[in-house]
Amino acid sequence: MEFIQFFNENIVLIYLLIFAAILGFEVISKVPTVLHTPLMSGSNAISGVVIIGAILLLRTARSDDYLTLSLGFIGVVLGMINAAGGFAVTNRMLEMFKKKK
Amino acid sequence: MVFQFIIYLAYLFGALTFVWALRMLSSPETARRGNIVGAIGMGVAILAAMVAPMNGASNNYIWIIAALVVGGWIGIVASYRVKMTAMPQMVAVFNGLGGACAVLLAASEIINANSFNYTPNFAQTTNILFTLLVGGVTFTGSMLAYAKLEELLKDNKFVLPKHAIFNLVLLVVILAMGIYILVVGLDNSMLMAVAFAVLSLLYGISFVVPIGGADMPVVIALLNAFSGISAMAAGIIYDNRIMIVGGILVGASGVILAMLMCQAMNRSLLNVLVGGFGGGGSSAKAAGDQVVREISLNESAIQLFYSQSVVFVPGYGLAVAQAQKVCKEVDDILTANGVDVKYAIHPVAGRMPGHMNVLLAEADVPYPKLLDLDDANAALANADIAVIIGANDVVNPAAEDDPGSPIYGMPVLKVWDAKHVIVLKRSMRSGYAGIENPLFFHKKTRMLFGDAKDTLTKLTSELKTL
Repeated sequence: MEFIQFFNENIVLIYLLIFAAILGFEVISKVPTVLHTPLMSGSNAISGVVIIGAILLLRTARSDDYLTLSLGFIGVVLGMINAAGGFAVTNRMLEMFKKKK
Repeated sequence: MVFQFIIYLAYLFGALTFVWALRMLSSPETARRGNIVGAIGMGVAILAAMVAPMNGASNNYIWIIAALVVGGWIGIVASYRVKMTAMPQMVAVFNGLGGACAVLLAASEIINANSFNYTPNFAQTTNILFTLLVGGVTFTGSMLAYAKLEELLKDNKFVLPKHAIFNLVLLVVILAMGIYILVVGLDNSMLMAVAFAVLSLLYGISFVVPIGGADMPVVIALLNAFSGISAMAAGIIYDNRIMIVGGILVGASGVILAMLMCQAMNRSLLNVLVGGFGGGGSSAKAAGDQVVREISLNESAIQLFYSQSVVFVPGYGLAVAQAQKVCKEVDDILTANGVDVKYAIHPVAGRMPGHMNVLLAEADVPYPKLLDLDDANAALANADIAVIIGANDVVNPAAEDDPGSPIYGMPVLKVWDAKHVIVLKRSMRSGYAGIENPLFFHKKTRMLFGDAKDTLTKLTSELKTL
């Protein structure tokens, strides 16, 4: 019952999940082996989007709620390492291919 | 209202850039721009999240900006310091931190539910627990993968007897605890929630423990998918579309990538996860009476120098010895002498698919010299000499002709089609799959023992004297 209620209330979300998943499968299913490592690294950087949640957590935390502030702070740091480091490392890898063409 | 509209547009733009980035990353010509497009999208999304209108938010901008600076600095410095050979570990670490971030978000939801006495409903609780589980597995699993790749830990050290069953039981226990929390309500089961988190973290370790060697890339791809899925689940907590879309894109593409990697090894994902590899090969023939023929450095140099075409087969050993630059030196000398030099790249050579290409690109090997499996096999059939540098399982003829071999059916590089084969190898130890390689006893094969970099360096000086 709870499930059916959830399904009915979130039908748009469910469409979004399914279509985005299909898109994810389709968009990379024809990729040459050479690019597997950069692609994995690049998509890893995209998963750093979780940082948005940590930013929202910090913004909504009460200014005297130091526990939540600390959790959010660490969250943003970790998310940022994932995103910034991920894009930077991918760029470094791809730079090497670019040189000689 | 207009402001909110702009924020929504910015999120939409961000989500589209992620799709666009993945698309462009799948093609060599556009890959680099694709990565930059993704980074721009991420920047826009972060900015939008910072300025989006929120009622009664205390914002705490100092905290956010400080964290962005610290995280960005660590990430960028780390990624510019890491050696190209250590790239896979780096990706594993970054990936794990993303998972840890999701865990923190879920934990803060639970803590807030407890301290502000608000009760998340059934769907919210399910989602929080899901984030905790997937994020936790991503975090500890990736960290263990890092430790294994960095060789801080020996493969298979903590494997329990019947490890697959232990994992299954652990997962069932975790799920049962989740159901208990759902029934009792999150606010009434704090201790249970803590135990749930701890066991999720433990499961990540236990999940990666039995997997080793050549299977590590598959695990990293899979953990990458998990980090995407945990970002998606966290996005549902915050009702944030870009987290949901970005997360699920990574989730789906990670799963596909893991499957492509398994395909290259002719194995199923399940087979990899259960970790039933190694030590096997019931039919692996006893090698006792077979002769290993060695070749001297001088003789190899002469053979290479006066041949018409040479195909290098680089493998994991080349990556470990960091011998890519010396290898290129040998290539230069031979090419200058009119020898046609090519590189045969097996899809799973190195530590990650494509890793070998990155390493050789770093050493300035021209892109057209790198041949993929089919082209390489065609080239090998006409080659005078195949030089195998630290590769093993990917050149094992048992994959072709021994139905009892655990790697039977895996596509391999047919180096034995070349006129001569020289194998650079540290010792007679078997490869990661732990199986005997009949190639080493093949009549065409000559062994050149020693560290790959060392041997190649000596080979360069021998070649220079010719």
